[in-house]
Amino acid sequence: MDFRALVIILMSAVLVNNYVLRQFLGICPFLGVSKELKNATGMSVAVIFVMLLATAVTWPIQAYLLNPNGMGYLQTIVFILVIAALVQLVEITLKKYIPALYTALGVYLPLITTNCAVLGVTIANINKGYTFIEALVNALGSGLGFMLAMVIFSGVRSHTEASDPPPSFKGLPITLISAAILSLAFFGFNGVIENLFG
Amino acid sequence: MKKLANLTRGILKENPVLVLVLGTCPTLAVSTQATNAIGMGLAATAVLVCSNIAISLLRNVIPDKVRIPCYIVVIAGFVTVVQMVVEAYAYSLYQALGIYLPLIVVNCIILGRAEMFANKNGVGDSALDGIGMGVGFTLALLAMATIREIFGNGTWFGMAIPALSENTISIMTMAPGGFVVFGLLIALVNKLTKGKAIKKTEFGCEGCPSAAACGKLKCGEAGDN
Repeated sequence: MDFRALVIILMSAVLVNNYVLRQFLGICPFLGVSKELKNATGMSVAVIFVMLLATAVTWPIQAYLLNPNGMGYLQTIVFILVIAALVQLVEITLKKYIPALYTALGVYLPLITTNCAVLGVTIANINKGYTFIEALVNALGSGLGFMLAMVIFSGVRSHTEASDPPPSFKGLPITLISAAILSLAFFGFNGVIENLFG
Repeated sequence: MKKLANLTRGILKENPVLVLVLGTCPTLAVSTQATNAIGMGLAATAVLVCSNIAISLLRNVIPDKVRIPCYIVVIAGFVTVVQMVVEAYAYSLYQALGIYLPLIVVNCIILGRAEMFANKNGVGDSALDGIGMGVGFTLALLAMATIREIFGNGTWFGMAIPALSENTISIMTMAPGGFVVFGLLIALVNKLTKGKAIKKTEFGCEGCPSAAACGKLKCGEAGDN
């Protein structure tokens, strides 16, 4: 097990290939739930949790069920169904056994079914040919990157909410333009992997 | 007259991208080149029309409680078909769209139209609604891609534009350019509709198919932005 390779996968998923700011996945929750730090963190934790779980389930399905039987084309259907069922299952389990966690994450869970970042990370793991461990690390990194973007952006938004943009820019437009500046800032991480580990 | 309204609603008045603000991820991601935008738009339109027709036909058969998973299966089926067709006949487009092609499954526009229109209306109306929304999506993508490709790359549909192709603003084709152009376009829509669209372009839950399931807490918050 090459620990260095895993660190590289993790770091590039968090900083360089940030899902929200560089790859445009999970934009809906990024814009919709980033108004308050509390909601942003709750949503992010739920996303990290579901991403890890979905990868842990979908990777073996693809490797041991779909690929050996020549049914790789069923990937999209199977993955989205697995994720939808998984989210329901997690919700029911949390409600029954860990009510404290359910109150914290419960409202965010149903939204995650149609979050493209979750389906995106499971498909990307297969496309990139990661091993099971690498896939899990990539899922964790993508989730952490989502969280980083959400938390930073909720801070930015608390300021844009208080500002007074031109009337046409109120609401979503000014939020998108702030997101552009944050995305620009993340370009600073280009080359960080090569220089740290190269 | 009502038929015509069903068709044109999605193109301007309720444009899924610029007015309802649905399907933001593919809009931002594939609008770097006009060709990709058209390809993505057509793929999504095909899925949207087929799923609208299928769901409209099945609307009396699908039990209400499990309708969302049923819609997802129908949509995922059509997405797989489209994916295979694109891979077979337009391989360069298949590579350019990459992961965003299977991700049409989770495009809110498609699930949103299934939930808000196709399960309440007849087959003909649903098909027209699908075409209208699909064309609206394609046009919005094309508008974004036109701006980004002309300024970022100095080309349009791959044709070089004099003067601009020597002085490109390459940031436009990168991630920040996507956010800026999208922000400016929505601001333009707000300006043209004299603020009437502002309420709708607030990032609300009205178009979100999971709105019923997600607990009103978040919807309330998103609504009174």
